[in-house]
Amino acid sequence: MSSISALLDGFSVALAPANLLWASLGVFMGTAIGVLPGIGPALTIALLLPATFSFEPSSAFILFGGIYYGAVYGSSTTAILLNTPGETASVVTAIDGHAMAKQGRGAQALATAAIGSFVAGTLATAALTFVAPALVTLALKFGPAEYFALMVLALVTVTSLLGTSLPRGFASIFLGLALGLVGMDVQTGQARFTFGQLELLDGVGTVIIAVGLFAVGEALYVVARERFHREEIYAIKGSVWMSREDWRRSWKPWLRGTVIGFPIGALPAGGAEIPTFLSYVTEKRLTKHPEEFGKGAIEAVAGPEAANNAAVAGVLAPLLALGLPTSATAAMMLAAFQQYGIQPGPLLFQTNSQLIWGLLASLYIGNVMLLVLNLPLAGLWVRLLLIPRPWLYGGILVFATLGVYTLDNSLFDVALLWGIGMLGLAMRMLDVPVAPCIVALILGPMAEQHLRRALSISQGDPLVFVSSPLAAGILGLALAFLLVPLLLKLRQSQAVSP
Amino acid sequence: MTIRRRVLLAAAFAVGLAGPAWAQSLDITVPSNPGGGFDQTARALQGVLEKDKLASRIQIINTPGGGGTIGLAQFATTKAKRAGSIMVGGLAIVSAVPINKAPVTLDQVKPLARLTGEYLVLAVPKSSPLQSVEELIAKFKADPRSVSWGAGSAGSADHLLIGLLAQAAGVEPKGINYIAHSGGGEALSAVIGGHVTVGVSGYGEFEPQVAAGNLRVLAISSEQRIAGIDAPTFKEKGLDVTLVNWRGIFAPPGLKDDEFKALAEMVDKAVKSPAWKEALQKHSWQDLYLPAAPFETYLSRNRSSVTAVLKDIGLAQ
Repeated sequence: MSSISALLDGFSVALAPANLLWASLGVFMGTAIGVLPGIGPALTIALLLPATFSFEPSSAFILFGGIYYGAVYGSSTTAILLNTPGETASVVTAIDGHAMAKQGRGAQALATAAIGSFVAGTLATAALTFVAPALVTLALKFGPAEYFALMVLALVTVTSLLGTSLPRGFASIFLGLALGLVGMDVQTGQARFTFGQLELLDGVGTVIIAVGLFAVGEALYVVARERFHREEIYAIKGSVWMSREDWRRSWKPWLRGTVIGFPIGALPAGGAEIPTFLSYVTEKRLTKHPEEFGKGAIEAVAGPEAANNAAVAGVLAPLLALGLPTSATAAMMLAAFQQYGIQPGPLLFQTNSQLIWGLLASLYIGNVMLLVLNLPLAGLWVRLLLIPRPWLYGGILVFATLGVYTLDNSLFDVALLWGIGMLGLAMRMLDVPVAPCIVALILGPMAEQHLRRALSISQGDPLVFVSSPLAAGILGLALAFLLVPLLLKLRQSQAVSP
Repeated sequence: MTIRRRVLLAAAFAVGLAGPAWAQSLDITVPSNPGGGFDQTARALQGVLEKDKLASRIQIINTPGGGGTIGLAQFATTKAKRAGSIMVGGLAIVSAVPINKAPVTLDQVKPLARLTGEYLVLAVPKSSPLQSVEELIAKFKADPRSVSWGAGSAGSADHLLIGLLAQAAGVEPKGINYIAHSGGGEALSAVIGGHVTVGVSGYGEFEPQVAAGNLRVLAISSEQRIAGIDAPTFKEKGLDVTLVNWRGIFAPPGLKDDEFKALAEMVDKAVKSPAWKEALQKHSWQDLYLPAAPFETYLSRNRSSVTAVLKDIGLAQ
């Protein structure tokens, strides 16, 4: 009960007019930087840190919280409309979201993303308020073996992205795994596939590959095809609002996305990408319209978008409860805390309770503001698609190139982007799906590191993956995800054949 | 806003008239991402320089990659003769250059000053049976692979410390069961969760967990005990191991003598200001200021000893 009164106190801090202004500024800036690939929330907070030094700590954190939430939301807008995910957590959104946009249902995709983000953000913030400390205790039980099991579970999602041709799907996966190996091996410090290039030591950025394969590849493909038959501009069909049917198909994915996203976000090595993959595969398994997946299913936008927003709230749990930064943005927020001489950690709720509850309350308010800002704009944003195709794709190429350049101000990255864009073009011409490549790229290296850590700690004993009940349980779930549809199919065919 | 901007412009103009050319503006190359130790050092220095009006229009350029060697290469080549430029560096780059066989080394920049440092500690979760560093070393000697060390990336300061410890304890350094983690948070949670035997990190990162009783510090890598940290040194325990994760700043290689001197004087004023002391305390950094000449001597000794340890643990030839 003390949590509730503390939270009400927090609202009195967050609802002060000046703080409301900071929250709306943060949300607005966050949305803007989320739209641009390259400029992420971490860099924005870094740039703002010196300027906020003279602020009250609570105002600064309200601003940062708004930026953080806004950025995740903003990146879904470009993923849906331009097939250019601003952050890796929106890669899955791009698949069906952009397909919806092409069918003239971009506004509905944006709306389900906005409302899903709001629902998930609000519920996850509530969860953060009440269960963060307990959740963190559970999260600490995750060691390398458990993380490896989680990665295996997430890799199962790839099966739902493979498309119609298995060899092509697997070609895409192996390409992603190979690209994921590039760079210095964390365990041994050895360079792999860097060809002596220092720029490749840290691997190829996931954002660069995602933008290259999705946006540049797609734009080049359209350009290459355009000469043969002209296509019309994407029309906006019917109302820009979600229909009753859209609502009916969205609300469950929103809730499931939240349930998947928050706890995984709270894991110190969880992140916001894995929940989007898990949400996608869950929705595909549960939907009555599996044939629409990959071609513009609204569930495939609603679920992952809710999941990534919930995960973002989850990331704040270990930060506030343990002082553990689990993403670049969280690391910047930690630096911001230290700037005010505050050390997040187990004692933070006691030593700076007003600040924490003010931050939590402003996250609720930020969520409302995001919805207010984005829902009416959805109809406006989709008008981007009315731009004639040559202009639109020219714009996308400029936008993608600039965005990647601003990542590290590196021309090498730009060359890489275009190289990968050419690869994306080749994949499209050969009808190889690009999504499995990106999923494998993100999960492969993580799975590898956790596998090797687990085996190194156990001194080579593979039983470590089954002796931990948590790891064994997750691996069992992954197996069930793979086998249950097969068994169901088998039973169906048996029922039909006699 | 406009008024403030005018004041700033006027100030910049006044400084420009009064001081040498670089005082108008300064750019600080940070060879890592925003948020890391180098970045925090640069931003703390920026705050002090601005507050004490030692420089204005300070720009921080983050050039991450290759353990800092990409930032180093860019700084040494593109800013070779730019008077208003400095770069943050430290132990991490000293170690990254030989590991990555980087073509541009610290020979190609001029050491300007050593600024700060952090000592490293060994810590175990509160549930660990290990009570002292003697017990840990005994276990390590008896069965080296049974001790898993949870720490930062391969070749980091953490790794160097364990290499030194193995040498001091007479254990073959290549037998270290080193569990590398990419981010600070990941390693810390592996230690608190009890997934590794012992954690290695700068003290600052462990401090809140130590205060909350989740971690127990076994030993610290300083020469003498540090006030406020309840931990014995390795030396007290008969292990001849000291290591500090130092950070400092470097100047472009092609500066004229008076340009270099002007930068050195600027830094000297900054580190003696109360604002700098305050920043050190806030980040719990040790004051390890060394001006250019003694820093140069320190750096060359540091580079050869780091390379020797890296060879021992098999990370450099």
